Amino acid sequence: MSQTPPLSSAAVGGAGPERSSAPPRQSTGRPSGQSASGRPAWRRSGRSAARAGENRVGWLFAAPAVAVMVIFILVPVGMALWVSFLEWNGQSSPFTGNYTFVGFDNYTRLLTTEGLLQRDFMTSVRNTMYYVLLWVPLVTVLSFGLALVVNQRVLKGRSFFRTVFYFPSVTSSVAISITFLFLFQGSGVVNTILGWFGVDGPQWFTDSRGLIHLLFSALGMDSPPGFLKDNSLGGLSLWDWLSGPSVAMCTIIALTVWTTSGMFMLFFLAGLQNIPVEIEEAAEVDGATPWQRFRSVTLPLMRRSITLVVTLALIGSWQVFDQVYIMSQGSPAKTTLTPAYLSYTRSFGDGQFGVGAAVAFVLFAIIVVLTVIQRWFSRERDA
Amino acid sequence: MRPRRLLPALMSAVVLAGCGSGFDDEPEQTDELTVMIGSSGEAETAAVEAAVQRWSEESGISVEVIPAQDLNQQLGQGFAGGNPPDIFYLGPDRFRQYAEGGSLYPYGDQITDYEDFYPALRDSYTYDGELYCVPKDFGTHALVINVDMWEAAGLTEDDIPTTWEELTEVATRLTNEDHIGLAFTGDYNPVGTFMLAGGGWFLNEDNTAVTADTPENLATLEYLNTNIQAGIFAFATSIDTGWGGEAFGTGAAAMTVEGPWIIGALNNDFPDINWRVVEMPAGPGGQGTTVFSNCWGIAANSGNHEAAVDLVDHLVSPEEQQAFAEAFGALPSRSSLESWVASEFPEQAAFSAGVRYARGPVPVVGFDSVLADFNTGLEAMVAGGATPQEVLAQLQRNGEEVLTQ
Repeated sequence: MSQTPPLSSAAVGGAGPERSSAPPRQSTGRPSGQSASGRPAWRRSGRSAARAGENRVGWLFAAPAVAVMVIFILVPVGMALWVSFLEWNGQSSPFTGNYTFVGFDNYTRLLTTEGLLQRDFMTSVRNTMYYVLLWVPLVTVLSFGLALVVNQRVLKGRSFFRTVFYFPSVTSSVAISITFLFLFQGSGVVNTILGWFGVDGPQWFTDSRGLIHLLFSALGMDSPPGFLKDNSLGGLSLWDWLSGPSVAMCTIIALTVWTTSGMFMLFFLAGLQNIPVEIEEAAEVDGATPWQRFRSVTLPLMRRSITLVVTLALIGSWQVFDQVYIMSQGSPAKTTLTPAYLSYTRSFGDGQFGVGAAVAFVLFAIIVVLTVIQRWFSRERDA
Repeated sequence: MRPRRLLPALMSAVVLAGCGSGFDDEPEQTDELTVMIGSSGEAETAAVEAAVQRWSEESGISVEVIPAQDLNQQLGQGFAGGNPPDIFYLGPDRFRQYAEGGSLYPYGDQITDYEDFYPALRDSYTYDGELYCVPKDFGTHALVINVDMWEAAGLTEDDIPTTWEELTEVATRLTNEDHIGLAFTGDYNPVGTFMLAGGGWFLNEDNTAVTADTPENLATLEYLNTNIQAGIFAFATSIDTGWGGEAFGTGAAAMTVEGPWIIGALNNDFPDINWRVVEMPAGPGGQGTTVFSNCWGIAANSGNHEAAVDLVDHLVSPEEQQAFAEAFGALPSRSSLESWVASEFPEQAAFSAGVRYARGPVPVVGFDSVLADFNTGLEAMVAGGATPQEVLAQLQRNGEEVLTQ
């Protein structure tokens, strides 16, 4: 959270002040040449003493933040990396105490050695994969929709709705998780309401059936075709990989979509408010329908906001922990097990802190790779 | 939700603990003790504080009692940072981890009459032939019966099941459209209790080999599965409840398998239920049940072993154990108090009696994940996705993997 405000002001509004003051520009063009080459002359006139002094002062001002970054992020990450190469039980110092250096053993056990650990890890990756596939689009579309609604100039009680939509984001995730547990009980509110429409709701938190498996069985295919069952990838059969998110996982997805959409709505709102009114008016004068205005004016101008939200959502979704810890502990049938939760249970449950740290670093690698891919897809293509 | 930044969070915990105290502090000689407890609630915390206070007044040493939010995690952080509490609750599953890691101070033989503690309990806390940690209380699994449903089904005192066949029979008679005969938490604990009665267990006698895939265990799982598929037994989660106590308390089940902790839950949440407790019926392997306990661990690098042992000696004395039993229903771990329990707390007698033929939970380090996987297997078995044979084979493989590491 702490890192979002600077990010949002930098990325959401594109070029920031230039954008709002400049006359309407091409939607996806980069800030025009002015800012790249338009530095005042005195800045370019060699490295003066003043410049060096500026540098020192700059570092001085940045020092507290840099120190906090180093102490609380860089050093711990480095220590964790070290721990991931150890067999260490967490009861002594990982530098001078009782440990065995095992090199990449933890990583190979996780990724290539057949066994419970590999199966658990692959299961957690599968679960999160489906979580990402459902959650990221859902939360993006919903928060965009909410932002459009509360951005309307004619809406009465705008600030009321903004507060209401943002509220779940500032409420304790523990309290919300427990409320959801009650709502989605077999005899809970949700199933009661479904019952009014003659729908017999499932046992939300104990239903381990995957959505894709359910779809297959609805189509009359109850047992998996042989080639799916017999071939496996990373210790899980292809049939297991293709399960889809379980009903229980869908409940968690519903919860997190609801709680996070408010936060992402704010990012979109900031983006929407950076779109100059003149552009929309011009489009209106030109006779564009509301849909055309949205499709050809708003969406292209919101590109950077969308990239930001999708990136943050992608990163966040691989780190789901709270909800699983409180609501399901990975059950039913491990369909809500996530890498973050696996790392926790392996470390604090089994006392294998090395394995737990290795999970965290593989998770880190996955996130980096996916973010790079996503950045590549949404890069601004200059003609 | 704010997606948790796991990596920084986990690691800053490590570094914070480190910065706070320095990694390799030599134990300092201190006149103060800290006691960390995983309390079940207000009553237990108050009782421990009072008992500690009585000792403090006598010894002149001040003691701080810290009720932990998450005992395992907080203990782990304390040890990793080199600054653990002096005295703490410790369960058998974690005991082995800390004993192997050299984090515990073995003091068992310094306790007055230490042979008075039940042997099954002492076994759980003995490592390398030494009693490291003395048990403070215990609970076993027993059969809890809803008396009203029992009588409504026309059952009498003579029908109390003593064998698995009789258990099947009464469960059948107790099952109707409103409730099921027997429901229990669908995990390795109650199932383990059945496995013991079936003459099997997860590990061999000295915990050196996995004995999951045996004819005895197969017979046990088949017994359970047959009755579950017949609709007279059920896992609590299959009937929309969280655990056996809830299934029993809400009236969804006429019987359950639980430990003495169910008494508090029934009194608080379901006071209208009319219940009684009997010992577990015997299986093909005789009577068997799992015993759960905690002990008072003393940290190897505590600054004041002598005072810590003296405090523990006070806390496990017969008088203090009686005080705990009266305050929050903890069953005393000293066998000399058995008859006192039977007369003071007759409703607890069955829980207490089980300790004579009980066995403690699996003490092997790293078995958590194996047992969690077994739970998943049990779920699959009940849902028809796996046979008992497959579940046990997988348990055997996973367990061997841990033991051979």
